[in-house]
Amino acid sequence: MAALLEVRDLQVEFRTRDGIAKAVNGVTYSVDAGETLAVLGESGSGKSVTAQAVMGILDSPPGFVTGGEIVFQGKDLLKMGAEERRKTRGDKMAMIFQDALSSLNPVLSVGYQLGEMFRVHRGASKKDARAKAVELMERVRIPAAKARVDDYPHQFSGGMRQRIMIAMALALDPDLIIADEPTTALDVTVQAQVMDLLAELQRETNMGLILITHDLGVVADVADKIAVMYAGRIVEAASVHDIYRAPAHPYTRGLLDSIPRLDLKGQELYAIKGLPPNLLAIPPGCAFNPRCPRARSVCRTDRPPVYDVTDDAGRPLEPPRGSACHFWKEQLHDRPV
Amino acid sequence: MGRYVIRRLLQMIPVFIGSTFLIFLMVYALGDPVTAFFGDRRPDPATAAAIRHEYNLDKPLWQQYLIYMGKIFTGDFGTAFNGEPVVDLMARAWPITIRLALLAVFFQAIVGITLGVLSGLRRGRALDTSVLLATLVVISIPTFVMGYLLQYLFGVNWNIAPVSVSAAAPLDELILPAIVLALVSLAYTTRLTRTSVSENARADYIRTAVAKGLPGRRITVRHLLRNSLIPVVTFLGIDIGNLMGGAIVTERIFNIQGVGYQLYQGILRQNAPTVVGFVTILVIIFLLANLLVDLLYAVLDPRIRLA
Repeated sequence: MAALLEVRDLQVEFRTRDGIAKAVNGVTYSVDAGETLAVLGESGSGKSVTAQAVMGILDSPPGFVTGGEIVFQGKDLLKMGAEERRKTRGDKMAMIFQDALSSLNPVLSVGYQLGEMFRVHRGASKKDARAKAVELMERVRIPAAKARVDDYPHQFSGGMRQRIMIAMALALDPDLIIADEPTTALDVTVQAQVMDLLAELQRETNMGLILITHDLGVVADVADKIAVMYAGRIVEAASVHDIYRAPAHPYTRGLLDSIPRLDLKGQELYAIKGLPPNLLAIPPGCAFNPRCPRARSVCRTDRPPVYDVTDDAGRPLEPPRGSACHFWKEQLHDRPV
Repeated sequence: MGRYVIRRLLQMIPVFIGSTFLIFLMVYALGDPVTAFFGDRRPDPATAAAIRHEYNLDKPLWQQYLIYMGKIFTGDFGTAFNGEPVVDLMARAWPITIRLALLAVFFQAIVGITLGVLSGLRRGRALDTSVLLATLVVISIPTFVMGYLLQYLFGVNWNIAPVSVSAAAPLDELILPAIVLALVSLAYTTRLTRTSVSENARADYIRTAVAKGLPGRRITVRHLLRNSLIPVVTFLGIDIGNLMGGAIVTERIFNIQGVGYQLYQGILRQNAPTVVGFVTILVIIFLLANLLVDLLYAVLDPRIRLA
């Protein structure tokens, strides 16, 4: 079965006054229906830009897709006309943004903003759209939906606003939802509620979900597979189970070690040294080499391809796993190079 | 909302009293109105005293003020020294100036907002740059220079607009004066709209609207403009007061016999009842316009709560 969404070798650059920033350098990933892919990475790793390119909402200029394919339900979105692509947005694929307060229009009621989906994509009447909006608000469990449908975004709490964002994404039963750090702006207790809601709705509708986050705690609970991004590339792609058991890339190892752990209380928290590279000048070889504890001279000269990670007998893994590290074997078994 | 309006209206009372008293004070500090009335000749002391008594000028200033205010509330704005009731002057002057100001606001809103939106949506392109430059030039040129220049070009050189507006001031004769009156405010409106539009165009909620798959027109009109025009509308409201003030210069240039003309004559001839009367009405208009703007703001932006 063909995947719901397949991103192949995607390249995105930002043409700025200071030069060309290569934000995405050959990203490949896929999502099936009912599957959750978590895209992990630091700020500036290109995870959001990839998602914006998939949605077709890249700020252009300065952002340009310069290569690759985005195949969604068998069609390359990059070859689609603008109007056809617009009709896909919101209808077949939807996006949930990080900051619901700034992402909702402050001067329009939430009922209007939710109903707009039905009016534009389905030609619904004002009255029907409003009824659908109430229905949606009930579906994401906003209390007293009927009474609150005419309220404005600022009148809701942070968690409720994020539920409205989710409701808006769900409105037309899309096949794919991209959630860009949906819980980052929320309290920890509310984070769990929102994630649970998202996971539950996904089970109900069998949609594909791309969850963009830098929160490894969130990922472990809900994701099926993980793609770790660094400097515009996927450095490791694997199932959640595999990656937590034994990462095959030093950067993933670093991320996992940076999670505060109760049993190591009192000790200094691990941090990956250095800073993410400047996208205007990505280091040659492996982009991670200046920060990597395993870096050898080959890492400074040869850009590692995405190696297929195999078991000890050399057989490919199921599900397949990839690592863009010359020394993935050593990393996998935690041996010195 | 109702309580807010009542409170604001009550707040107007001290502002109204304070500002009218100041005007009263300043006008009567200008000099002796009776002497001014007689021009170059020295008035006969007995006649002067009789006039002083008739106009209550022999009483202390605060008493004069109270008498004046009392009369205002009965609709009596006093008599100009030429014997004509000030109310009659107003009845002639106000409709002309209101017509002029409304026409100016119309140009300012239509042209200013249109140019502002177009250049805001095309930030950094040729149209945007030329609009920025043109508005800068307009803002830099004082109204009286621009007024005489346009009067000369359109009125004298090309003969397509009247040099001087007739006493009745019909709408078509007021077009050029209204443009002159509106021009500087129009430039500010354009710049304000442009900045507001281009800032809002990068807002997160616009990105959301795009991600929702809304058509471009709907995004611009329903989402972008609805937000961008909030500061512009309030600016237009407040600017009505400025237009009334600017009318004094414009009405001089085109010889329009409106409020500006009457005020100018009143000041020139130290005709106190005229000046105080007209300025009093100006103060009221200004206060009401400000209240209206605040109310409008709450209607346009649901985040503003009036309390």
